[in-house]
Amino acid sequence: MQKNVASTDAARKAGGDSLPDAVPFGSQITLWLRERWDIVAIACLALAPLFIPALGGALGGQVTTLFIYCILALGLNVMVGYTGLVHLGIAAFFGIGAYVMAILTVPMYPFQIGFLAAAILSTLVAAGVGLALGAPTLRLRGDYLAIVTLGFGEVVKVTLRNLEQITGGMKGLNPVPPPGAGVQIGGIDLGLAFAIDPRWFYYLSLGVLIGVVIAMRRLENSRLGRAWVAVRENELAASAMGISATRVKLSAFAMSSAVAGLAGCLYAASLSTTADPNAYDFNRSIMVLCAVILGGLGSIPGTLLGVTILVGFDTVLAPWADSWIQQMNINPTGSSLLSFSGWRLAIFGVALVLVMRFRPEGLVPSRRLAAELRQEHS
Amino acid sequence: MSVQFFLQQCLIGLTNGALIALVALGYTMVYGIIGLINFAHGDLIMLGACLALSLVAALGLAAAGPATTWLGIGLLIVLCGLFCGTLNVAVDRFVYKPLRNAPKLAPLVSAIGVSFIFMNVGLFWIGSADRSFPELLPSINLLPGNSLQFNWKDLLVVLVVAPLMVGLSLLVRVTRLGKAMRAVSQDPTAAALVGIDVDQVIAATFFIGGFLGGAASVIYGLYINTIGFQMGFQNGLYAFTAAVLGGIGSIPGAVFGGLVIGLVRALASAYVGERWTGAIVFAILIVILVFRPEGLLGRRTSEKV
Repeated sequence: MQKNVASTDAARKAGGDSLPDAVPFGSQITLWLRERWDIVAIACLALAPLFIPALGGALGGQVTTLFIYCILALGLNVMVGYTGLVHLGIAAFFGIGAYVMAILTVPMYPFQIGFLAAAILSTLVAAGVGLALGAPTLRLRGDYLAIVTLGFGEVVKVTLRNLEQITGGMKGLNPVPPPGAGVQIGGIDLGLAFAIDPRWFYYLSLGVLIGVVIAMRRLENSRLGRAWVAVRENELAASAMGISATRVKLSAFAMSSAVAGLAGCLYAASLSTTADPNAYDFNRSIMVLCAVILGGLGSIPGTLLGVTILVGFDTVLAPWADSWIQQMNINPTGSSLLSFSGWRLAIFGVALVLVMRFRPEGLVPSRRLAAELRQEHS
Repeated sequence: MSVQFFLQQCLIGLTNGALIALVALGYTMVYGIIGLINFAHGDLIMLGACLALSLVAALGLAAAGPATTWLGIGLLIVLCGLFCGTLNVAVDRFVYKPLRNAPKLAPLVSAIGVSFIFMNVGLFWIGSADRSFPELLPSINLLPGNSLQFNWKDLLVVLVVAPLMVGLSLLVRVTRLGKAMRAVSQDPTAAALVGIDVDQVIAATFFIGGFLGGAASVIYGLYINTIGFQMGFQNGLYAFTAAVLGGIGSIPGAVFGGLVIGLVRALASAYVGERWTGAIVFAILIVILVFRPEGLLGRRTSEKV
């Protein structure tokens, strides 16, 4: 990874964003690929449904969920990665987004304001709740803040479960109509298209993900993004330089919550239900946190990779390994000790411990954070 | 909803609170000395409860006479205490110790990892379903007049928790080790300079916290009568809340916080409804932290440069 970074730097120095002419054509392509891996990735993902028919089936839904978790993790990354505030209740905001979306669109309620308006509103509501929680609590020291977010996550989950008249209790709210229900384009009902073909949701969530990634990149280098990092590195020094730490942290909290809310409303729309409140519990929060940490705090490619690894583990690797064990007849008695998925928690746990011990900056580190972590290490 | 009902709920709350306090001590001691929220503590106690369950079966305590039962419970507490204490020290040695100088996030995330590993061990040990823990003590009301219920198992909680707490506060206040612990918690570098073996003191703290947790796990089994591999999270959360409420790092604070949380839980279950209990406890936690971030009995600390 280090090597990649060095060579892209060399390319940058040689001629701004364009590539040096002296490099042979073959390596020019590799250089370009290294520099603009994101465009390649987007192109691959955008073209994938044309070549992989399975994306029109259940696989399409799974990949959509993966994209949505990526958005959620990018939201969490604002707080944990950029600003260095431990957030243990991100799933609560994910849930708020999903439930606001549902309340504004399900037939049970009189609103039914359509997907776009509902998505904007649920993002705003999540941001507002984030502000309301953050304003009084952000002056707390790091560990206390972690506990407040954890406690808030539990409060939201319990509330969602118990306010049956409003949230449908354990059944959740459904059916959440697909985006564009009732909108006719060229004689085709858009909502019906969404409901029938998972590829519509695939493209929608991919589009939102790309939008969020672009927004995050712009934010990283903005005045606000640099203020986040400054507060993370040293809050006192940052305040001495005239940064209002409270306001900067509050904006990170709001941004995190808003992106999580956006992910939540996509989630509810793509499943056409909010699912039961347990989908928004501490486990979800902690798994997203693990993904961000594993991939690399404060690093956008790292966050995306971390989510892909974790989701891939659950939906691809574990079922595959389990069926392999079954085929090889290793486990005739059906003991959980010999099933791969029985070891899921232990594998995650060991991975977390090892990453923190040997590579605290994650798999695809943000260079700045890696330097910070390593420096404090010695 | 009579006065008597209210008093009964208070009694239940205080007994529960004593149990929570015992767990909270494990959190607060570790936090006080190395500033780590030991997320794995609740799951450590879950493992203690698994050991207790296995030992009850192995020793055949369910069918024993009263004298043997009390002796057996004493033995269980010591064995589970030693088990949890040793395990806690081992985790500190292999997981947290190498991260002593790392940023705070590293040990915190490692602790979450350890808690996952413990949960998986518990899953293999007792299975995914909740297991019932045998009633070893007769359910006879000890209070005259039968207006209030106070059974043998309630008495057991008091009988175990009170001496452990008195012992702990003596240990911290009077002994050489206690003095060393207080010194390390104030300033590890200065403590090392005056010849205190900081690592040993930290290990001792982990052992004591783990031992108290092990004792709590036995009482938990006998008092609540149901254990499961996921019990660590919920109970750990309540205990941690208690520690923060009382002022994390403060030993009397943890005890006080535990009793308060126990009372709040019991009264909330009785008057608002069991299913809201969790939300009420955490809402109170958030409110208290907003107005008194250092906790009820904690000291205000200023940020160090």
